[in-house]
Amino acid sequence: MLNIGVILALLGAVLAALCAGIGSSIGVGMAGEAAAGVVTEDPAQFSKVLLLQLLPGTQGIYGLLIGFVTLTQIGIMGGSSDISVIKGMLYLVACLPMAFVGYKSAIRQAQASVASIGLVAKRPDQFGKAMIFPAMVETYAILALLISILAIFGIGGLAI
Amino acid sequence: MAVVSMKKALICGMKKDRGAVLDFLQRQGAVEVSAGMEDDAVFQKKDVLSYKAADEKKASQAQQALEVLNRYAPEKKGLLAAFAGREIISVDQYEKMGSQREETAAVIERILTLAKEIGEKRGVLPKLEQQMEELVPWSSFDLPLDFQGTKSTRALIGSFPEQISQEELSRLLAERTEAPVELTEVSSSKVQSCYFLLCGRQDFQTVDEALKGLGFEKAPSSSVTPARRRQELEEEYRRIREEISGQEKEIAGLASQREQIKFQMDYYLMQAEEYEVLNRLSQSRNVFLITGYIPADRVPAMEQALNQRFEVYTEFSDPGEDEDVPVLLHNNKFAEPVEGIVEGYSLPGKGELDPTAVTAPFYYLLFGLMLSDAAYGIILIIACAVAMKKCPNMEAGMKKTLRMFLYCGISTTFWGFMFGSFFGDAVNVIATTFFNRPDIRLAPLWFEPVSLPMKMLVFSFSFGIIHLFTGLAVKLYTQVKSGAFADAVYDVIFWYMFVGGCIVYLLTMPMITNMLELTFTLPAVIGVGAAVVAVAGFVGVVLTSGRESRNWGKRLLKGVYGAYGITSYLSDILSYSRLLALGLATSVISTVFNQLGSMLRGTIPGAILFILVFLIGHALNLAINAMGAYVHTNRLQYVEFFGKFYDGGGRKFQPFAVHTKYYNVKEDI
Repeated sequence: MLNIGVILALLGAVLAALCAGIGSSIGVGMAGEAAAGVVTEDPAQFSKVLLLQLLPGTQGIYGLLIGFVTLTQIGIMGGSSDISVIKGMLYLVACLPMAFVGYKSAIRQAQASVASIGLVAKRPDQFGKAMIFPAMVETYAILALLISILAIFGIGGLAI
Repeated sequence: MAVVSMKKALICGMKKDRGAVLDFLQRQGAVEVSAGMEDDAVFQKKDVLSYKAADEKKASQAQQALEVLNRYAPEKKGLLAAFAGREIISVDQYEKMGSQREETAAVIERILTLAKEIGEKRGVLPKLEQQMEELVPWSSFDLPLDFQGTKSTRALIGSFPEQISQEELSRLLAERTEAPVELTEVSSSKVQSCYFLLCGRQDFQTVDEALKGLGFEKAPSSSVTPARRRQELEEEYRRIREEISGQEKEIAGLASQREQIKFQMDYYLMQAEEYEVLNRLSQSRNVFLITGYIPADRVPAMEQALNQRFEVYTEFSDPGEDEDVPVLLHNNKFAEPVEGIVEGYSLPGKGELDPTAVTAPFYYLLFGLMLSDAAYGIILIIACAVAMKKCPNMEAGMKKTLRMFLYCGISTTFWGFMFGSFFGDAVNVIATTFFNRPDIRLAPLWFEPVSLPMKMLVFSFSFGIIHLFTGLAVKLYTQVKSGAFADAVYDVIFWYMFVGGCIVYLLTMPMITNMLELTFTLPAVIGVGAAVVAVAGFVGVVLTSGRESRNWGKRLLKGVYGAYGITSYLSDILSYSRLLALGLATSVISTVFNQLGSMLRGTIPGAILFILVFLIGHALNLAINAMGAYVHTNRLQYVEFFGKFYDGGGRKFQPFAVHTKYYNVKEDI
């Protein structure tokens, strides 16, 4: 029997991992280029700029998290994967915040990271502040993660 | 817990003692020297920046010599070398090592000269190689390549940039000139053909012209046969190589002087800083003046020591109201490690409280909540403890950082056990996969956030509210302490009433408590009381938050805008949901790795796979999540917490001290 429900749910899980992962890889790549530029001038700043480079990487992890939680909930990691079409649809929708916000926020966060890397290059003593600017962007990825995860756990308990 | 109180220092001494006094002050590192007074008829500043530059040059030469030395005789470094810090030497050792400056300078010069010579020789080698390469096609030729010809003939020795057979060449030449030419092919390959041509003396011009048209190029000139020349070149090549390796050995042989060179570099760094300070001092013909700031607790010892050792006049006074006094923090062992975090934001400004003591416990708790894995916590504790134990000379800043992560590790372990996470669900996975005991698992002491995310979210918000209200409490404390009672009521108490009342009121609504999965709903009576308090707070905020405006209309509008600030409390509290998000990230990723590792079940290859995935996966997870926890703990402290009460803006206390790389000179007083 064609199980549309599982397909939809899996689509959601994959989208979350996919979009957020792509966003993060773009972001970490961008920040990495800037960081490498700084290290050519001043190798002592390596640890600081590395940290700033990694900041836009968390969205990918959140995407993985949502993807993984969805997979366990729909039984793909073991157990029965008998999901109604409605439930599958719900899972798909629940994954969307993480997918979209994860993608875009990673890139915007990377732009903030690049700027902060420039700041650290000129004023290494301002590292504490430089770290905060990209972290502000991440808040929205965290909020999206929160909604996605609450929705996914909530759907599991629904009897439809 | 506090900002260390500073005294203004004035030290006046005889010029003959100047060097000794400065040396002493530098070793003590207790005084920040400020720019002296304006020049007048008696006291002037002396420009010694050229001396400083000369010393800096010497220091950088020593550094270059060290780099060269490390290239030819690499220094053995331990795993913890990055934490090791500077070696502490006594003044006697300092004097003793300092007395060998001349010899060391000669060694440094020798190393740099050798390095330069090696570089030059290395540059010659490729040229020789190329010359030898060019001779290869000529190796069978038995005349010198600069052979001109005989009395009646002229020789032309050279190559064409393509393969040309002897017949073809004679045909091509015949097309261009009628002069008779004798051709001998020396060698030929796809890219060039080498020829020895002989023509009559009188035909030389025309033949030469004709050959040029064919791309003829003269052979590299030498007065001996190619084979002989090649041998010469080879010998020279070998000789230079030997010289280089001899010089490299000589450099490596100087490795025993490495410590002395390190000292030399430090010595000149210290001298340069001393000149930098000297440049700022006011001096008369016989007297010099040092002005600056000194932590009050170091005054008695310094005063006594200075007066005992030198003929100086010292005076310590309280700094004036409008002076830009540098800030130094001093806290107990528990809070001290977080000083670096506070400094990363900004040091306390004038009249502000040092927030380190109140920041520290929250810092450790928040970090632990975000990483929240007992095993990761234990790893952090062990790593930091080992590094601190093995490197007793560690720099103060590094020591603070490590101690901070040590405490964070303790907190992480605590929360890890509370939430039942030890390498994620590794206990259960190992027991199930390899021992077939799915019933064994590490039970959480409290609850598992993965299975009860709503509970964790509510806990995160509650923790956030406590954190924010503590921030407000600090503001209350500062304002009460400075006597601004009215401000304390307006800015803190009203907000407590407003925000606190709203929260309690929300808890009386079944909709909210159901959503948050709370087991209780406060009775309606409390709700009414809470609403009254909240409204009172709201009115208070509206009436007072625009109080700097005299116009009542403007003031009320400003007040309403001020009350709108409740939304920032909402977003601040929501921001603590990152405790849930990051906690889940740690445990879910650990679970992913554990599941990946146990894919091959309890077989031998399965065990090998498990160990590999386990080691790599958890190392990665620990690194990423520890970083995440660090960044987001800082964010919660800087944005949410400090935003409630702390401005900062202080200037760091930067004493005149020993700022070196390898050695630190200690002098007890």
